[in-house]
Amino acid sequence: MSSSKALPVSTPLLQKHFLLSRLHSLAGIVPLGAFLIEHLYSNAVALQGAFAYDKQVATLQGIPFVWLLEIFLILLPLLYHAGYGIYVSLLSSPNTRTYGYGSNWRFLLQRVSGIVTLLFVVYHVWSFRLKSAFFGTEVDFHAVSAHLLNPWIFAFYVLGVLSVTFHFTNGLWSGLITWGITTGPRAQQISGRILLVLFALLSVVGLGSMLAFV
Amino acid sequence: MTEKLIRIKVKRQDAADQVPYWEEFDVPYRKNMNVISALMEIQRNPVRVDGVRVRSVFWEYNCLEEVCGACSMRINGKVRQACSALIDRLQQPIVLEPMSTFPVEKDLIVNRQIMFDSLKKIKGWIAIDGTYPLGAGPRIAPDEQQEAYKYATCMTCGCCLEACPNVNDHSPYLGPQAMAQAKYFNSHPIGKMMAKERLEAVISNAGIASCGNSQNCVQVCPKEIPLTTALAELNRDANRFMLRKLLKG
Repeated sequence: MSSSKALPVSTPLLQKHFLLSRLHSLAGIVPLGAFLIEHLYSNAVALQGAFAYDKQVATLQGIPFVWLLEIFLILLPLLYHAGYGIYVSLLSSPNTRTYGYGSNWRFLLQRVSGIVTLLFVVYHVWSFRLKSAFFGTEVDFHAVSAHLLNPWIFAFYVLGVLSVTFHFTNGLWSGLITWGITTGPRAQQISGRILLVLFALLSVVGLGSMLAFV
Repeated sequence: MTEKLIRIKVKRQDAADQVPYWEEFDVPYRKNMNVISALMEIQRNPVRVDGVRVRSVFWEYNCLEEVCGACSMRINGKVRQACSALIDRLQQPIVLEPMSTFPVEKDLIVNRQIMFDSLKKIKGWIAIDGTYPLGAGPRIAPDEQQEAYKYATCMTCGCCLEACPNVNDHSPYLGPQAMAQAKYFNSHPIGKMMAKERLEAVISNAGIASCGNSQNCVQVCPKEIPLTTALAELNRDANRFMLRKLLKG
């Protein structure tokens, strides 16, 4: 009989699995994580009113060669991170029903939040970047406000923001292990607690900024 | 007074290529029974709850003290050793199933060959002597011995592979057992001489890249081996190894 039920699977994509997985982690933390922090900050400027927000938007839009940054520090890392992330998710068979440990739930939630984040980001980028690029629609306080006054969109944004902040902070927890920084259970427990606080803070900033628009 | 009975539900399979089916048995209760002694009762008197005499249940066991790894099975859903699963602590009916990550041979017996193949892939041995004796090896400090000993207790039982969501028929991952053993043999002063060869296996497509940090392995390991610590330390070693390779190439 066959004794290799679980092994091996070899697909072309897997030829550089290790290197690609490290790039996946790096892409999520360095350009995307840094951009997330910047983005949450810029949104929070809305708490100072429409004028301050529009000024912040204009400042960002006025960065020289902003499109280079958008393509190489956001778009490409995002596409790669999402594509490889979906591929990695497909390799797993979640088993939280049998093994309901916290870390196993976070493993599952990391994959679910990744998919939700992707859907959210696609919709968000369409609404406030591509639409304006294609049709020249204005991106300002008023536009965001009109957008978020729709309760369905608002609810989707709440889910989206929480998915992003969870995916980022839990990804950092996992990344600290991937990069061999937190090796022992005690260190991983402490990093988990710190990142839980970061998750709460980023969520408060993200959701709080949304309230400024409605 | 009527005899106290234990209800046991077993997932059975007549042969590797047959379809599994369920059968229930009632076993007379004794004090301090474990799943093995309950299965022995079924072996003695293989009569189903409906009174039909059937083929006795097949399962594996050896040491009966949680050091051999032979009696791994899913007991009420979770993988563990049958010898240390005490009847008094289990909810009834007690549901027994073979591990699902491995091919089933018969009833509760699975083929764990993939784990031994993995040990070959990660070169899970210490190369000593060649055509002539090389003399005594270096001394190992007691604290290093203590650290290594934890990994030496691995009994290839398969619990970590069974519980890992990334070890399955559509993933290339060798699993936590092989990774921890790579780290174990790399920690030995003579084993270290083959560290690069083991790290090649660790960064291969079947290697550590597929670890998703669900950390189920360390939870289910009957030997309480610090598998997640091994994985994290191996991540660090593998990253350095990969970087050096890239810069050298």
